[in-house]
Amino acid sequence: MSPEQILQYIFAGITVGSIYAFVAIGYNIIYNTTGIINFAQGEFVMLGGMISFTLSKFMHLLPAIILAVLITAAIGGLIEIVFIRRMRKSSVLGMVVVTIGISILLREAALYIWDEQIRALSFFTGTEISSVNILGARISPQVLWVLGVTSIIVGGLYLFFKFTLTGQAMRACSENSRAAKLCGIKTDSMVNLSFMLSAGIGALGGCVVSPLTQTHYAMGTDLAIKGFIVAILGGLGNPIAAVAAGLILGLLESFSISILPMAYKDVISVIILLIILVVKPSGLFGSKQASSLKDF
Amino acid sequence: MKRIFTVLLLTGFVLSTLFVSCKKEETGTIKIGAIFAVTGGASFLGAPEAKTAEMVVEGINANGGVNGMQIELIIKDSAANPEKAISFAKQLIEEDQVLAIIGPSTSGETMQIKDICESYKVPLVAAGAAEAIVDPVASYVFKTPQKDSYVAKWIFTTMKSMGIKRIGVVAANTGFGNAGKGQLEKYASDFGIEIAIAETYDKAATDLTALLTKLKAQNVDAVVNWSIVPAQSIVPKNMKQLGMEVPLFQSHGFGNIKYVEAAGEAAEGIIFPAGRLLVAEKLADGHPQKENLVAYKTAYEAKYGEDVSTFGGHAYDAVMLVIEAIKSADSLERKEIRDALEAISGFPGTGGVFSFSASDHNGLGMDSLEMLTVKNGQFDFLQ
Amino acid sequence: MKRYYPVIILFITIVVIQILTFVTGKGYMLTQLTMSAYYVLVAVGLCMVMGYAGQISLGQAGFFAIGGYTTAFLTTIDFSDKAGTAIYKLLDTLGLLITKETLYGDTIMHMSPWVSLVSAVIIAGITAYLLGIPVLKLKGHYLAMATMGFGIIIYRLVLGTKIFGEADGISNVPSFTIFPGLELSGDFSTRISNYYIAWLLVIAAILLMVNLINSRVGRALRSLHGGEDASDAMGVDTARYKVIVFVIGAVFAALAGFFMTHYNGGIGPSEAGVGKSVRYVAIVAVGGMANIWGSLVMGLILNFLSLRGVFGHFDDAVFGVILVVMMMFMPEGFIRIAVYRDIKSFFHKILNRRKVEKIKLEHSHE
Repeated sequence: MSPEQILQYIFAGITVGSIYAFVAIGYNIIYNTTGIINFAQGEFVMLGGMISFTLSKFMHLLPAIILAVLITAAIGGLIEIVFIRRMRKSSVLGMVVVTIGISILLREAALYIWDEQIRALSFFTGTEISSVNILGARISPQVLWVLGVTSIIVGGLYLFFKFTLTGQAMRACSENSRAAKLCGIKTDSMVNLSFMLSAGIGALGGCVVSPLTQTHYAMGTDLAIKGFIVAILGGLGNPIAAVAAGLILGLLESFSISILPMAYKDVISVIILLIILVVKPSGLFGSKQASSLKDF
Repeated sequence: MKRIFTVLLLTGFVLSTLFVSCKKEETGTIKIGAIFAVTGGASFLGAPEAKTAEMVVEGINANGGVNGMQIELIIKDSAANPEKAISFAKQLIEEDQVLAIIGPSTSGETMQIKDICESYKVPLVAAGAAEAIVDPVASYVFKTPQKDSYVAKWIFTTMKSMGIKRIGVVAANTGFGNAGKGQLEKYASDFGIEIAIAETYDKAATDLTALLTKLKAQNVDAVVNWSIVPAQSIVPKNMKQLGMEVPLFQSHGFGNIKYVEAAGEAAEGIIFPAGRLLVAEKLADGHPQKENLVAYKTAYEAKYGEDVSTFGGHAYDAVMLVIEAIKSADSLERKEIRDALEAISGFPGTGGVFSFSASDHNGLGMDSLEMLTVKNGQFDFLQ
Repeated sequence: MKRYYPVIILFITIVVIQILTFVTGKGYMLTQLTMSAYYVLVAVGLCMVMGYAGQISLGQAGFFAIGGYTTAFLTTIDFSDKAGTAIYKLLDTLGLLITKETLYGDTIMHMSPWVSLVSAVIIAGITAYLLGIPVLKLKGHYLAMATMGFGIIIYRLVLGTKIFGEADGISNVPSFTIFPGLELSGDFSTRISNYYIAWLLVIAAILLMVNLINSRVGRALRSLHGGEDASDAMGVDTARYKVIVFVIGAVFAALAGFFMTHYNGGIGPSEAGVGKSVRYVAIVAVGGMANIWGSLVMGLILNFLSLRGVFGHFDDAVFGVILVVMMMFMPEGFIRIAVYRDIKSFFHKILNRRKVEKIKLEHSHE
């Protein structure tokens, strides 16, 4: 393979990997504050793309995206209040089942509202045929947008959790929710905030990749599975590691195309999941404590 | 112990109410059954098909029905699940006593119910594309989409006239994609064309740059993509982003202006064979298909506010053929309707002009397809 | 003997329903009832895994597909042009080759479905065993995702491999003559006998489970469900029992897949998908996790209605709603003792109120 080809594969892998990372970050944020795996995470990405598309018919791209992110975040918060809060006492199985049910409902609602057609947001800069030449590899400018937004989100989250009061409060909740309550932190609000944050980030991801991958009402399920694999791969509870793991998986899949028939590309990620779960459930970068199931 | 007894009693009760509450017999209507994948993974096929069928039946009923009787169209949504298709087929045949079934939308489902319809002796006019549906010929089973082999041959004929020698083929891993890939591989050498590389990809793939990079490295003269959404719109975009300037050929699955819109500027110049529905207005007056095509297009777009697609057209053909057969047979016997279907000749549908025979239950020839291209975001004839 | 009463009642109900359909001329309902029976078989097996052993399995559809695709693949191999090969000779000497004429006048030769039945059970069992050992050590979400991952692998495998028919699945699967006079097929003429085949299979499975639950293994399982650490401390080999139950559940699902495939004459990748696995979980959840009868009843009702198209375009949505509503408001299931007791006590209150008022009246007159 020529260097240009390798670079091309790398870019393809990073693009796909960033999409996975967006979903995985969402999983981690919610998991950190609540110990729940929210299977509906993939649907937030889908909603972001769909809502922004509809809004972009009435307003410019940027306000449409911002509004879509806010609306999706609100939906995330609403889901928490209506469904998750009541489930505090129930079993893990119950939570798994409920979030799966919620993802089905979101998907069917999207089908009802938007029908089965695929939709794509306009490219942020340029058009469908614009191409940028980077060291011999040709990519769409949108790919640069994806990478840029991912970096900003990662950086922003890092700063948020480390330096802001709310961020630290959320981290306190995840360490020990009882102690946090005793310190006067409203754990309920933190939980709600984590859902809103995850939903918003997922939606932003959905907007920025929509021109490339197009948005379809059923895209959430596959994304949820891949996102979960990435979250586990990076180590549950570590949003930054999720990005790294996402990129790794994206690259693996991308390069696998050069060897295996593409039809089996998805089998690779699932096999990786099974191996990780069996061998090192705490993931590549995670610690054993972080990955043991938390109290809700 | 008691609770289990209660539970079982309840179940029995519920089920028995179902017996009682069954549909009342509507005498004096012609019942036609339809199985479409209106929701689910094949909804881009089933949704326009169901809408078309409903619209056509409504129109005919408003004009007095067929042979003086109203048509009752019973549509079942299989969501592209073969087991549902089987259950609905049996239901339509035994319970609803339909005279004929149209659909299903996908080849997989059609193959699963082919034997059922044949052994129950119920005419089936399918909207699935696989050649296996009519080969071996089952006396009661017909299909309306054009043959894949014709599509492949048209593509190659055009390529030959353009001087193209080496091509790359990418296909989705569906029955449709694989059948197409198979046809391409089968006929390539007949036209002096070499397939340098042929690969399948997952039908839901969202990014194909890695795969297309592989093709680009092979320096092919043209690329053929045999798939349905969303890949049809993604491949042209990826190609342009990679800087691949070679012509892109698609299959007859590209039959909806929405896919052109989704691909935006990247869609310019795509070449593909399709039925004439997409360029209905541009046909010469007096063309046998023009009248029906334009009427269907105008009515559909007015009623549903969306563009027509060739998929809806397959359902249009199926319904119209069945109704035509019922008219000419002037009977409510399944066998006579089947005979009338097989006797149809020169019927102008959306997919082409249909002429069935005992050995040909597809009824379409090479001339049912036209080579089209995308010019300024619109479909047009390839000059 | 007392514990078998419910099974006997089930049997009687099944016969009554069949006679009802016959009498009211609605024999066509037997088709959906038969298909539902096979789905119920999967649910019953899953109920054992989820309810009694407390393990979340989101991959039962994968085992169903193993059963169905094994037999579909093996029985659609045409041996009429393989006369010289070793396999042909082996099968022929064992009397396991069946000649058949198709609807189109050709003659084909296929292997006896007994071979594929045994193969399906063995493959499913071994897969479940190999999968179960590492995976059942996981807990909660991890176990759910691991089993879901397994289901996805199977789905992708059958979807992407040519010999399994890829997206179109495998059709033209021959019928299975169990013994002369009893044929497992979707033919109109064999409708009634196939109805009984399906439901007797379910009854047999339930009998097995009832025996299992009341045996030593069953008690070990119930202790598992009550508290794994506690039963570990008591010396119960929890790991081994979990795997046993998982394998049984897998074999039930594979059997269901096998029978359904021959009944339908084919199978498609949709049977292996995550959606189906989620449905099985929904059925068990609604029926009450550890309630075999709940799973049976809900499995029957939901699948029957779904197969008749009653849910129309909202089929998936219905199951989604059920999942959410049930887990939020009735995690013990729809059919449970508490519901019955609630109804009973409600009636008691009404009846007793009259009594109490009567007594009050009498007292007030004094």
